[in-house]
Amino acid sequence: MIGLTHYLVVAAILFALGVLGVVANRKNLIVMLMAIELILLSVNLNLVAFSAYLHDLVGQVFAMFVLTVAAGEAAIGLAILVIYFRGRGTISVDDVNRMKG
Amino acid sequence: MILLIVFLPLLAAIVAGLGNRLLGNTVAKVLTTGALFASCLLSWPIFIHYLGGGEPTIAPVFDWIRSGDLQVAWALRVDALTAVMLVVITSVSALVHLYSWGYMEEDPDQPRFFAYLSLFTFAMLMLVTANNLVQMFFGWEGVGLASYLLIGFWFKKPSANAAAIKAFVVNRVGDLGFMLGIFGTYLVFQTVSIPDILHMAPAMKGSTIGFLGYRLDTMTILCLLLFVGAMGKSAQLGLHTWLPDAMEGPTPVSALIHAATMVTAGVFMVCRLSPMFETSPFALTVVMTVGAATCFFAATVGLVQTDIKRVIAYSTCSQLGYMFFAAGCGAYSAAMFHLFTHAFFKALLFLGAGSVIHAMHHEQDMRYYGGLRKHIPWTFWGMMAGTLAITGVGVPAVFGNTMAIGFAGFHSKDAIIEAAWASGQSGASIVGMIVALLTSFYSWRLMFLTFWGKPRWTQSEHIQHALHDAHGHDAHHDDHAAHGHDDHGHGDGTGGYHPHESPLTILVPLILLSVGAVAAGFVFHSYFIDPTAGEAYWRGSIAFREHLMHAVHEVPLGVKLSATIAMLVGLWSAWMMYIRSPGFPAALAEQFRVVYGFLLNKWYFDELYDLLFVKPAFAIGRLFWHRGDEKTIDRFGPNGSAWVVALGSRVAGRVQTGYVYTYAFVMLLGLTGVVTWAIYVSAK
Repeated sequence: MIGLTHYLVVAAILFALGVLGVVANRKNLIVMLMAIELILLSVNLNLVAFSAYLHDLVGQVFAMFVLTVAAGEAAIGLAILVIYFRGRGTISVDDVNRMKG
Repeated sequence: MILLIVFLPLLAAIVAGLGNRLLGNTVAKVLTTGALFASCLLSWPIFIHYLGGGEPTIAPVFDWIRSGDLQVAWALRVDALTAVMLVVITSVSALVHLYSWGYMEEDPDQPRFFAYLSLFTFAMLMLVTANNLVQMFFGWEGVGLASYLLIGFWFKKPSANAAAIKAFVVNRVGDLGFMLGIFGTYLVFQTVSIPDILHMAPAMKGSTIGFLGYRLDTMTILCLLLFVGAMGKSAQLGLHTWLPDAMEGPTPVSALIHAATMVTAGVFMVCRLSPMFETSPFALTVVMTVGAATCFFAATVGLVQTDIKRVIAYSTCSQLGYMFFAAGCGAYSAAMFHLFTHAFFKALLFLGAGSVIHAMHHEQDMRYYGGLRKHIPWTFWGMMAGTLAITGVGVPAVFGNTMAIGFAGFHSKDAIIEAAWASGQSGASIVGMIVALLTSFYSWRLMFLTFWGKPRWTQSEHIQHALHDAHGHDAHHDDHAAHGHDDHGHGDGTGGYHPHESPLTILVPLILLSVGAVAAGFVFHSYFIDPTAGEAYWRGSIAFREHLMHAVHEVPLGVKLSATIAMLVGLWSAWMMYIRSPGFPAALAEQFRVVYGFLLNKWYFDELYDLLFVKPAFAIGRLFWHRGDEKTIDRFGPNGSAWVVALGSRVAGRVQTGYVYTYAFVMLLGLTGVVTWAIYVSAK
């Protein structure tokens, strides 16, 4: 029988992968955006799992909201990337360091 | 009336000074000169009134300071002593104003000049009419200020600025002594009013005052402090270095301030406070010694100077020494008499020198003069009167001749030498005789070099300039100029230059002062130094030693003749050296090169002071600047904190990699930390 623990473990693994994707990724800003999506999805999974476990629909409603916001965020992030690429000709993570002190 | 005399010059100075360009040259000149002549005309009746015997009067102006026991009021005091100074100051000043019309004619800044002159006159009048020491100090500083402004009048000349600053700084040293003297006087007498102080002074004789564990004689210490002030203002040995440099100023200024009036302020002060000095024999000895030393020192330096104004400047210094040693011998009346006559003949000599300089196109070196007698006869006769007066030409009252008669300096200088002898100071008296010889020598040397002999003008740069300006020569001719224009057919040493006699505004003061130089001694000597008439005249305004003035007539024949003999010897040697065999002085200078260099360099006083005070002061300044300021305060203060900030920002800047993932990682770490902490706290 698959219980709450299994869901939470999967979500935790997804979250860790997402974080690693953000922190350890040296390739591409798009991969970084995808990693952020992964983090959000792991959180969604938690919300839905607890919603089912606690018999409380608010968690699922909240997950829907997160999905919506994530979609918006992805759109804005990609738009920024396009502009950035036009300006600098690259979206390699290692080249994006104009804020270096 | 005294209010008018004192404040007319101030009014004129304010109007001319503030009006400046707005008024224009003529208005400013007429205004200031008119005010001065009015002051002068009002002063003479006062003097004549006191000649007939008059009581001192005090004209209050208004209160100045009231603070506890300290009461200082503006009040103008007139007595016999002030009356003498009034006529000297206003007469010489008025004539110098008039003289400046001619002398400063081409100057672009005339209203300023005349305003300064009038301001000076006001301050000087304030000084001599002061009824308390604080007011005297006001005048004292006022004349110092005016002197500074006028020495540096040609402010585009660096040497004039340096001389002005030097005069100011050296005078500060003396002024410190004067101020301490005033403080001490107030401490002892609880008042700064001069009559009160003089009234109480005799009672304080012999009292002592504790200072740093020593017991010092009160009156001696006060008198010496005040005398330091007098030394600064009157350029006595030690504090004299500013006076020769002050000749950088325009010549009328030299005549008015650095010969006739301001430099005599020290003598005036000692005479004004003479009852105080009478209480301290030691202070009087110091006054006499300093005076005699200055007298001798300045005369020796005057022997070898070549700048016409510097010779007269050292002569002034020497004559001031005479006045001080007369005062030191107790013959205050003789000191004042010499001050009175000296004002006329020295102003005359300076103005005459100015006229010569004017004629010679601003050439001041006597080596380039010569043979001017026929070219500028009026100036020559004026200078002649001045020289006869300063060298003391006259017939002494000996061999049955009861009536001594002579030029101004004859009466006053003889009185000083005889008074010194009569008071038992035969050493000072002999110094006085030697200096009379030196005075005669350098004065006649000046005359012979300037007015006799062959013209030696061709070597002078100033004359070259004048010739080139006048003839419109171009640069091509400069080569010829170096050879003395001989190819132009002027083989007489004139270089083709013809000196012109000065305008009437210059000659009129010369003539009037000549009258003073010739007659002032003979006409006034009985009032000033006669035992009975003198007593009646001074009426306690100075300490008048009647018995000393009696004793003056009892001095040995040799002493009476000494000054006249010294004068003749000086004249004869100057004639021998500069007319008879003109090559002799150079040979003498070659023979005694060390002595000559010593005299030419003014006994190395400037060098000594440079070594003793200026260099160490600069060294200390540099020490504080480099070590103290730069290497300590700046290093650990502003520069240190700036360095710390820069270092911190460099370290902080290194954290800012600019990579997104670093920021994200740090955020994560932070979040983890905060959550951990929150859980830990809530669990407890």
